[in-house]
Amino acid sequence: MKKKRNIRMKSKHMIILMTILCISMAAGAFATGISGDSARTVVGYVIVPFEQGINTIGNWLLSVQDNFQNVKKLAEENATLKTQVEELTVQNNELTQNQKDLTRLRELYNLDQEYSQYPKIMAEVIAKDPGNWYHTFTIDKGRDDGVNVNSNVLAGAGLVGIVTEVGSNWAAVRSIIDDDSNVSAQISETEDPCIVTGNLELIDSGKVEFSQLQSPEGKVSIGDRVVTSHISDRFVKGLLIGYISEIKQDSNNLTYNGYLVPAADFQHLQKVLVITDLKENPREEDQNAQ
Amino acid sequence: MRNKLILVLMVLISFFLQCTLMKGIAIGGISPNLLVILCISAGLMMGKTCGLFIGFFTGLLVDLFYGYYPGTNAALYMYLGFISGFFYQIYYDDDIKLPILLATAGDFLYNFLIFALLFLLQGNTDFFFYLRRVILPEMIYTLVLTALVYRLYYKIIHRFMRVKFKDSDSLWFVK
Repeated sequence: MKKKRNIRMKSKHMIILMTILCISMAAGAFATGISGDSARTVVGYVIVPFEQGINTIGNWLLSVQDNFQNVKKLAEENATLKTQVEELTVQNNELTQNQKDLTRLRELYNLDQEYSQYPKIMAEVIAKDPGNWYHTFTIDKGRDDGVNVNSNVLAGAGLVGIVTEVGSNWAAVRSIIDDDSNVSAQISETEDPCIVTGNLELIDSGKVEFSQLQSPEGKVSIGDRVVTSHISDRFVKGLLIGYISEIKQDSNNLTYNGYLVPAADFQHLQKVLVITDLKENPREEDQNAQ
Repeated sequence: MRNKLILVLMVLISFFLQCTLMKGIAIGGISPNLLVILCISAGLMMGKTCGLFIGFFTGLLVDLFYGYYPGTNAALYMYLGFISGFFYQIYYDDDIKLPILLATAGDFLYNFLIFALLFLLQGNTDFFFYLRRVILPEMIYTLVLTALVYRLYYKIIHRFMRVKFKDSDSLWFVK
């Protein structure tokens, strides 16, 4: 047996040492922007399969409920069709947006520019943030599948969030209802820019806030579509975020703020689509080059 | 070695149960916090140093996977484990009141600090809203869960790990 080590740290020394370690880790990550990527990858290999397993069991239990009247076939068909509907809805939204843009661009520049169809992959939500403060979740696709930090994530009809952490076989997604989330957006019809912010205080209504909307009076009304803006450096253009449900003028009489009903259903997130193309951004290319 | 492995497994299993099962049983978007219970139990049953390390690694997992600054959750959970370690000597095996009290207090402390460090500093000053909507429901839910889960942790630690912990023992000395 190995000889017992002579140096025995007392717990109070240990806690001071570990506190310093924690603080220096946070400071280091803040200063350099690097945060334990290799550790994350290694632990990901251990944890993700378990999470997938639990998720499979959960889905199985759900499907048992569904199959109560022996309609397994129907449920399967339904699932595939739902997937298709989701993809088509997203496609349709894009096409509507495309059409409008096309007309506008033809009018203005006599050009016909088309959106590239963003390549997407399907991913399943396998885990969520352990605390109750943030709306972050883990999906079962990672770097190996083409997901990157800042990949945009969609579900059903609209934007869900953005990838913030990525491992080889998993990725963490911060949803747009998260308190830390800010999305540069615009009103689809008028192309007036605004900022869409998540807020935990709206947890009961499920809405998100928008602010700094600059628009001539009376142009924007309840029910207008809000999409991601072309000036955003992380979100690709024209993804549907939601519909305006409430609008008020700021005290400066110049800008508006209010609430949006998100197009995606955050209560029942199971399958999401990840856009594997990143928004082209010179700054990011610089970072990658380094 | 075997004991260490069991501790590692306990941390990992608790972590992914927290991210999956606990989120599945959430009420009104609020789920109980199994990780707080784990850290409190570790401190109570194995002393300050062991609680400290269990807490550190648990928190580190949260930090790594969910985009917090590495070290924030690690430090918070570490202190939970460490503080509950102070009750190591005065704690009776069959008493469930102290663990419940500690876990509830620990959950409050953890959420209060998260609010103070990450929310208050961003200008969300409506403390009573968050207290009513997030902190208190989670406390109550965690209280109930402690009553159910604590015995399980107790059994795992005392059945599979035949070792008498000293307060000064760190994880590295566990054989």
